[in-house]
Amino acid sequence: MTVGFVILYHTALHRAAQVARYWAERDCPVVIHADRRVKKADYDGLIRALEDLRNVRFSDRFVCEWGTWGIVAAAQAASSVMLAEFPGVRHVYLASGSCLPLRPVEELRAYLDSRPKTDFIESVTTEDVGWTVGGLNLERFTLRFPFSWRRQRRAFDAYVALQRKVGFRRRMPPGIVPHLGSQWWCLTRQTLSAILENPDRAEIDRYFRKVWIPDESYFQTMVRQFSANVESRSLTLSKFDFSGKPHIFYDDHLQLLRRSDCFVARKIWPDADKLYQTFLGPKLDTAAQAEPNPGKIDRLFSKAVERRTKGRAGLYMQSRYPRENFENGRTAAPYSVFEGFSELFENFEIWLGKIANTRAHGHLFAPDRAHFAGGETVFTGAMSDSAAIRDYNPKSFLTNLIWNTRGERQCFQFGPGDTQDLSWFMAGDPNAQISVISGAWAIPLFHSNRNFSDIRREAARLQKIESEHIGILRSPWTKARVRIWTLSEFVENPMEPLQAVIDEIAPRSGRRLTEAPRLADLKGFGQFLQNLRNQGMQPVLMGDFPADEVPANPNARRGRPYLVK
Amino acid sequence: MDIKLLFRLRMKRRWRQWQAFRKRRQLRTVVDRTRAIAPDDILIFTTLRNERVRLAYFLRYYRDLGVRHFLMVDNDSTDGSREYLAAQPDVSLWTTKSGYRQSRYGVDWLNHLARKYGCGHWCLTVDVDEFIVYPFSDTRPLRALTDWLDSSNLRTFSAMILDMYPKGPVTAQPYHDGQNPFEIAQYFDSGNYSIQRNWFMENLWIQGGPRMRMFFADQPEKAPALNKIPLVKWDPSIVYVDSTHMVLPRGLNRVFDEWGGEKASGCLLHAKFLDTFAAKAAEEMERGQHYANSQEYRAYQENLARQPDLWCKFSEKYINWRQLEILGLMSKGNWA
Repeated sequence: MTVGFVILYHTALHRAAQVARYWAERDCPVVIHADRRVKKADYDGLIRALEDLRNVRFSDRFVCEWGTWGIVAAAQAASSVMLAEFPGVRHVYLASGSCLPLRPVEELRAYLDSRPKTDFIESVTTEDVGWTVGGLNLERFTLRFPFSWRRQRRAFDAYVALQRKVGFRRRMPPGIVPHLGSQWWCLTRQTLSAILENPDRAEIDRYFRKVWIPDESYFQTMVRQFSANVESRSLTLSKFDFSGKPHIFYDDHLQLLRRSDCFVARKIWPDADKLYQTFLGPKLDTAAQAEPNPGKIDRLFSKAVERRTKGRAGLYMQSRYPRENFENGRTAAPYSVFEGFSELFENFEIWLGKIANTRAHGHLFAPDRAHFAGGETVFTGAMSDSAAIRDYNPKSFLTNLIWNTRGERQCFQFGPGDTQDLSWFMAGDPNAQISVISGAWAIPLFHSNRNFSDIRREAARLQKIESEHIGILRSPWTKARVRIWTLSEFVENPMEPLQAVIDEIAPRSGRRLTEAPRLADLKGFGQFLQNLRNQGMQPVLMGDFPADEVPANPNARRGRPYLVK
Repeated sequence: MDIKLLFRLRMKRRWRQWQAFRKRRQLRTVVDRTRAIAPDDILIFTTLRNERVRLAYFLRYYRDLGVRHFLMVDNDSTDGSREYLAAQPDVSLWTTKSGYRQSRYGVDWLNHLARKYGCGHWCLTVDVDEFIVYPFSDTRPLRALTDWLDSSNLRTFSAMILDMYPKGPVTAQPYHDGQNPFEIAQYFDSGNYSIQRNWFMENLWIQGGPRMRMFFADQPEKAPALNKIPLVKWDPSIVYVDSTHMVLPRGLNRVFDEWGGEKASGCLLHAKFLDTFAAKAAEEMERGQHYANSQEYRAYQENLARQPDLWCKFSEKYINWRQLEILGLMSKGNWA
């Protein structure tokens, strides 16, 4: 008993001939069906190339356009030839011209010999398939499809929509339960002949002629009526991408294919010389009798599909430029924005970098330049600190920074004196952790040596900007993790909020803050605010600072004011 | 859709086609071997001027990738480039003394040649200092890529320019004939690219890299564009508009996914910054034949006089295409 191969081919004739010869020489009968559209000269060449082989036959030719009946007709015709001419054949294997045997025929034969009654065909009910092109499952069987999906897509879609609207349904022949599956199967003589010699075949064929993509449903449906033992999987390794197009194998897949232990793979790129040489060459020493195990290849291709459909979060590049809100992650990783901290605390960045073990930048969006951590003028990814470049495209600046430093959390200072273009972008980014001490921008003004009228003007300007910014952070569209304290609130009890923020940045450190950054001197700050008020400006963002009282800060003179006991 | 907009695009495309047709007269045939082009061959279209020293490696690189024919326009070379190319068996060569700028930086000439010889072929339009890398370019020839593009019904392939530079002053290591330029120019900027969307032409506008960082830090908007669509399955309706940065009809500029996924793309390694660069910059300044009054070259010249080092400690050393893909400069898309 042996296995016979039916090959449907339409391109790359020399490869089809090579594979046919391989099987035929190893005592497996081969029936070849060539697409009617193949040129006569090519077809004659194929016949000539194989004329020395006595167990090769050629069947009647049909036009095999994708998604049409021709492919089924071709398989029927060629199978009939196989069953009629080679009585020794027990299993018939349907293969394409771009298939390649990965394991020696003897192993396939032994595998099938130990399962003499089993039909290998993927056959799944229409309710259970999730992979169909165009989203049509059951409707493949109940609608009409006079237009080509590839060439007349608009007419195709419009006609489907019309039939849905009208509620049109074709009547199925009695006893038919639609099943779908991979078009590459391996059936026993019993089952196959029962399908082909079915007395109702004419009627059933007439019905399937108008089903969409019948090559994925005809045998898959019929086998359920006649086979006692269906193993619902294909022996051919064949993977499809997100648009229903088969993945192609190249020379660099050699090891992967070798280790898959599958019997036959498709589609092979016709110029993959190394694959053809290796697998059609002298016998390889494989682990005999291993079950097919395409797991690695599955992973490779499912990763490719994921890359094509979802992409890498936070990446903006020449072939991935998502529209707003379709980014699948605006930025690549979580980051922290501190507003007002470096004004309230002395050397806050240094302290933060040490305590949370992250990269703590200064004001990245400062008007003069981007203050990268450590005073760098260039940063990871060769980012420039030029304010002009940054402000030319602030979104690229931030997304690049976060992308370039994947694996290391970035923290930076921000404030009303900085470029504000990204307020909305950061507010809408779930990766952003934004902590605001509102009104802290007044502290540098308080310490500055400027004329009071200038200070007043500047304070009014900064307050306006920060109010707007806080308004954005409080909007219902904000997705960032936002915490806002007024200056007076924060100064009263700085340790608790600091601890909360740090815990979120470095959750695994799990220790209490033992060392707080040094608070700026706020003596007389209340009076400073009162002076602003007296000059007609209304400072509101700082919270409530009594004019005559020094804030609760008894240890201000000590080096480390807040040691938690 | 906006009829006026479509009309403008149509007129723009027709104008470029007309210009290409009109300027065919500027080209004088040196050697025409286009009859040797087979129906499926991948073709290269190039204009050049005084690039003799680069040619040997350029031809070898692309022959190894499986390019079958080179259609080249020599813009009045005086260093023997013309004679060298005319002697190559797979080169068809035209020459012209006309202005590079007046021909839209060579685009008109190449549009004409592509329309005449490139229809139905995959056409790769590159300069002699641009070397394409694409996913799996170390194991799969260019034909594998174009076959895959064909089967995916894609007609264009994007490859961003990646400026490569040496460590130290560009003049420190002389480049010799036939050498791989990336033995010298080994470094690139991995993550400082600014991307904007051009809604009119539907393409992306990418700027950045060492040129923006070093020469255009004060006026980034003038930094050169790096987005390119060099690989196109040509048909008579297609024209390049502005170098190979964009194509019309504009649907072909959609080489990027806008719903979060990644399409396949490559990079053009740009071997501009070799010791030949200083001389080139001086010459081009004088001719004034480059983009926006050779502003780019002027900026270079002012800086080059100071012998700048494009290298910085965050420069990335080039290894292979996989590195570029991990860095997010190119993508495999769903090609696996």
